[in-house]
Amino acid sequence: MEESGEFVIPASPQEVWDALQKPDILKECIDGCEEMTITDDGVFACVVAIKVGPVKARFTGTVSIVEPNPPHSYFLDVSARGGGAGFGSGRAEVKLQEVAEGTCLTYHVKGTIGGKLAQIGTRLFQSFSRKMTRTFFDRFSHRWMG
Amino acid sequence: MNAETGIGASVLRKEDARFITGKGQYTDDISVFGQTHCVFVRSPHARAKINSINTDAAMAVDGVIRVFTGSELVEDGIGDLPCGWVVTSKDGSPMIAPPHPPIATAVVNYVGEPYAFVVAETLQAARDGAEAVEADFEILEAVVETATASSSAQIHENAPNNQAYDWELGDKEATDAAFANADHVTTLDITNNRLIPNAIEPRAALGSFDAASSTYTLYTTSQNPHVERVVLALFVNVAPEANLRVISPDVGGGFGSKIFVYAEETAVIWASAKVGRPIKWRADRTESFLADAHGRDHVTKAELALSSDGEMLGLRVKTIANMGAYLSTFSSSVPTYLYGTLMAGQYKTPAIYVETQAVFTNTAPVDAYRGAGRPEATYVVERVVETAARELNMDPVELRRKNFIPPDAFPYQTPVALEYDTGNYGASMSMALDLADSDGYAARKATSEANGKLRGRGYSCYIEACGIAPSQLVISLGAGVGLFESAEVRVDVSGSVTVMTGSHSHGQGHETTFAQLVSDRLGIPFESVNVIHGDTGRSDYGLGTYGSRSIAVGGSAIDRALDKIIAKGKKIAAHMFETTDDQVEFAEGQFSYAGSNEPKPFAEIAGAAYIPAVYPLDELEPGLSEKAFYDPQNFTYPAGSYVCEVEIDPSTGVTEIQKFVAVDDFGNVINPMIVEGQVHGGLAQGIGQALLEHGIYDADGNLSTGSYMDYAMPRAADLPDFEVDMTSTPCTHNPLGVKGCGEAGAIGSPAAVMNAITDALGVKDVPMPATPHTVWETIQQGA
Repeated sequence: MEESGEFVIPASPQEVWDALQKPDILKECIDGCEEMTITDDGVFACVVAIKVGPVKARFTGTVSIVEPNPPHSYFLDVSARGGGAGFGSGRAEVKLQEVAEGTCLTYHVKGTIGGKLAQIGTRLFQSFSRKMTRTFFDRFSHRWMG
Repeated sequence: MNAETGIGASVLRKEDARFITGKGQYTDDISVFGQTHCVFVRSPHARAKINSINTDAAMAVDGVIRVFTGSELVEDGIGDLPCGWVVTSKDGSPMIAPPHPPIATAVVNYVGEPYAFVVAETLQAARDGAEAVEADFEILEAVVETATASSSAQIHENAPNNQAYDWELGDKEATDAAFANADHVTTLDITNNRLIPNAIEPRAALGSFDAASSTYTLYTTSQNPHVERVVLALFVNVAPEANLRVISPDVGGGFGSKIFVYAEETAVIWASAKVGRPIKWRADRTESFLADAHGRDHVTKAELALSSDGEMLGLRVKTIANMGAYLSTFSSSVPTYLYGTLMAGQYKTPAIYVETQAVFTNTAPVDAYRGAGRPEATYVVERVVETAARELNMDPVELRRKNFIPPDAFPYQTPVALEYDTGNYGASMSMALDLADSDGYAARKATSEANGKLRGRGYSCYIEACGIAPSQLVISLGAGVGLFESAEVRVDVSGSVTVMTGSHSHGQGHETTFAQLVSDRLGIPFESVNVIHGDTGRSDYGLGTYGSRSIAVGGSAIDRALDKIIAKGKKIAAHMFETTDDQVEFAEGQFSYAGSNEPKPFAEIAGAAYIPAVYPLDELEPGLSEKAFYDPQNFTYPAGSYVCEVEIDPSTGVTEIQKFVAVDDFGNVINPMIVEGQVHGGLAQGIGQALLEHGIYDADGNLSTGSYMDYAMPRAADLPDFEVDMTSTPCTHNPLGVKGCGEAGAIGSPAAVMNAITDALGVKDVPMPATPHTVWETIQQGA
């Protein structure tokens, strides 16, 4: 499963970079996020409740930042388990570029899903993940808007 | 005979009163005192090593009684699930059957394979417990594609190239010679899409152990409870056979998927003794998709050699058959002895050579599904014959007629092992063309064209081998069981009759058909016959119901037992008439003697048998109850001609079946209404395969079609009004002259539909299922 996109955020790359490292901001912006903490070695641990079609579950996940190049780019390694509902894992490449309106963030995700999510949710998963991403950046951008 | 209830009468089905009023008793309807519930923990990965399983959290869930893993079964001596038919490869080596523990221990090989199970006070607690089982997997590369499996990562240590066997049938040299002399060779590369059986009732099991008598009772959704019992006793080592009773109560459809011995009932019956309480399991629908044996999944190259005037000279077929992750109970026989042997079809093709390579993949096991090998064979033969006709610019009907085995050539020995006993293929074809209004086709096609639609017509002349089969023949070919059938006819004191049959009814209507047979032969009321099946505690033995064998083998066994009943009745009557039994006639329910004008009704003789006042008991035992075991001399060979007309909307790719004619030769027919219903059901499944159904795994081995959102079953609106009729050449070797009708529709119809679609589109092949998307894409490619 692969997915790419870009969003323009009305803030400087450094501001965006800093905000993306803050667990409380991430928690606020991720739809359904119930917990978000950061461990000493810089790994985010989170609990997110999601609903994809008939699959509704609480996913426990970790997100590690790999090859950080502040405030330009990093990779995120994501791994999540939702008990009987399934699991997912993947890597996202995130790039920040200064543009006239602020920062253009581009991302490219490659991942796999398995378990019940893959059996009865595949068809719905892509639209679900697009919506979840859009919600995230809407909320994230909103921090710098009126 | 009674014209309303005897042989040949369309009697309404006895069993339907309980089914349509919700009074059927299915496995899940049965509950016993102290019953617990069970949920299986299934692999989310297509292929992985199990590093560890932690059941602590599951055990801590409120209501959970026990959590079992596969190693506990192994330690207790529970064996692997066996494959009961050893196929031999070309090189003389036996097939490779990888270890198949009921509950995975070290590795998992398909999504849905169970690796633990939870027994709890309630279903909800068992579900919560199953979610709390934690396993550490090391994920390995999954093998999914049939065509490339043999060059992919090796799944089983003992199976290089992921090959179970590489089998052949026929004369290779003679076939090569036929091709060398041919004017024309038609080549076709086709796939037979993977299907997922969808019985209305999911599989279920209720196992209990009675410590007082050391006996086990297993209620389960089996098409062959005696086979289930013998496999669980002899191969899986659950219990001594005598201490194990298997009951298949009402079963809501099987289509083959309930023939096999699965992990779940094995686990449930074994664990019932460990827990000391009965355990119930019932699959939910997604579990059925994941863990029922699937069907079909072949990739085939077929070549047909012909003379310039359309004489079929030779057929060469090379197939790769996907067996899934393990060899299921009868899986090995499906793409071999139930497939390669049918390649002659209805034709006198003199030279045939078939090769089948069976491969393992990380998908659910594949085994028999309605038709089992014969739909795949018919699809190959009838698609390549139709294609050849188009390439030679011949009418496909004429090409077929030219090559049909003529009616006077029977018995006919094919070049692929089978000897057909009887048939008249041209007669079925003529009737089908009449019913299809063949003469009006050109006008219908013109009307379609005027409406901007594409119209096409396709034929399929199938043959099948059913009534499986002579025991000594199948045992010599590797089968681990005989394929006879048993029957017991118990005449009651009052003259009513109880029949115990080894056949099992899971929708076929045996309670009615067999009662018609008995009432007709004994001349007693239809209502006086009670047919009992599906309980190893009540009938001696049975090989069960599959391969359209119930009437041909099970019915013939009943007929043989009735012969014995009548023979003994004559002896009793002879004493009453004061004559000898060879002087006694039995007809229309009356024993008569030329020297007496007072015939004895059957019920009077029954009474005399049990109140033995009139005959010497040192010469003749009291009572009237007889058994028979019937072993057929040959398969039966139902055959038919199907015609399908489709209209395709090129702007949407939607295919509408506008006409479907099925003319079948089932030999003698006991209940035409039931037979017609069987044909309708088979056609629906065959058309489902052609247009809608497809079991798809993604590249990682996830089943993408794990629910009705993604797996399309045929609905009434997808199907036309079928036009069904019959011809008859009675079977020559069984006492009833019957052939069997359960699978014909599913065997014959996919080729007819796809021949019609390819005719409409003017293309050589469209892969099944011909969904609107696939058809539309095909049109775009041609445009």
